Amino acid sequence: MYNLIGAGLIVIGGGIGLGQIGGKAMEAIARQPEAAGKIQTAMIIIGALLEGLAFGALILGK
Amino acid sequence: MVRGYLKTVFVALLLSVSVGMQAQEDDHLSDHDTHITDAEDDGRVNTDDEIKSYIEHHLKDVHDFHLFSYTTDAGERAHVGFPLPVIVWTTEGLKAFMSSEFHHDDDASVLVQKGNVTLAKYHSRIYELDNGTTEIAFDEEHHPTNAHKVIDFSITKSVFGLLMIGVLLLLMFVGLAKQYKKRAIPKGFGRVLEPLVLYVRDEIARPNIGEEKHKKFMPYLLTVFFLIWIANLLGLTPFGFNITGQIAVTVCLALFTFFIVQFNGNKDYWKHIFWMPDVPVLMKIVLIPIELLGLFTKPFSLLIRLFANITAGHFVVMSLIALMITLKAQFGAVGSTGLSLFLTLFISVIEVLVAFLQAFIFTMLSALFIGMAVAEHDHPEHAHGEEDDVDEVRERFV
Repeated sequence: MYNLIGAGLIVIGGGIGLGQIGGKAMEAIARQPEAAGKIQTAMIIIGALLEGLAFGALILGK
Repeated sequence: MVRGYLKTVFVALLLSVSVGMQAQEDDHLSDHDTHITDAEDDGRVNTDDEIKSYIEHHLKDVHDFHLFSYTTDAGERAHVGFPLPVIVWTTEGLKAFMSSEFHHDDDASVLVQKGNVTLAKYHSRIYELDNGTTEIAFDEEHHPTNAHKVIDFSITKSVFGLLMIGVLLLLMFVGLAKQYKKRAIPKGFGRVLEPLVLYVRDEIARPNIGEEKHKKFMPYLLTVFFLIWIANLLGLTPFGFNITGQIAVTVCLALFTFFIVQFNGNKDYWKHIFWMPDVPVLMKIVLIPIELLGLFTKPFSLLIRLFANITAGHFVVMSLIALMITLKAQFGAVGSTGLSLFLTLFISVIEVLVAFLQAFIFTMLSALFIGMAVAEHDHPEHAHGEEDDVDEVRERFV
């Protein structure tokens, strides 16, 4: 029961984080469209790292 | 070139013929098959529990290649697919037979006698019955009480899929490599592959590992990239492979990355783990366990990410397909099927993107970790004082 709540909390945190990453990347691309490629790559990497954390919580908390 | 196509056609033919043959064989066997599934409805998937167990069964690795089942005119269930070899190490040594001897059974109701060893399959695991027992017994948590697991080397569905991908990759890339002996620009299918290879080199390997050293790691990066990508895409076909959704597969891939990173780590890499430069001595000691932990969390997050993404993807796709059964009462047969197909179509398109993204991420992070291990650091601490450092950094940013 508690592990499920913990997993849920981590996933909520992961969601907030992913939103932040995506939003900031959008802003950055809007400000500097010529760097879109680099920003996208960095965004995907950080998104993947975060996703790994959230999925790890899901799997371990199940 | 023509020979290359012929080879591909031959492999495809071989596969389809074996599928067809097995379908016929299964019709003969179907009188054995009737008892394997729930007696009332012949193994059709109707209730929520059946849907759940069906999805869970799909996410596991299985011992036979099962495409679909249908009810014949005579009212019997026929399964279309083909058996795969079962190779197990029992107390009596190595035993090998075809999985058709289990007759699609998955709840230990069919026993296979091999010499003095009796084998049963339960939830995709093969158990060896203890001496003198003729029926398998389970405790409350569905663990067998009078049988033990055997060491399983079987060519399971995932192993079969991996071998298939191996053959496919060989056909594709040996052909591409041979072309470069004759001409500078490849022809035919090679024109699709060349940009992908260049993409891995220019977008993944070069920026992360560096201009001088990336060449050494290109074979590994290309292999994992195409292996994961094709395995992911194969999971979206009706063949129902779930290769990268097997934790064993992703563990193996992550171990490869782990060992490549450790064996190629240079002096600086190990120094950053055991004696971090440019920090106070107390901090150096505190950082050792953290860095050591980081050594293992990197490949761990690699394997969990791939496994969880693909498992979740398959789960969502199958759940949406199952909507046509669960919502039948509310929307009618046509409405629920339409809704289910509509949603499945769009989630499948997202899954095609995820299939590429996960292959890209795995390769990218592998390259990043390798790059961190082989990078040459030039610490200016010996050349000049700390204040110069600060100035240098300031200059770079202003």
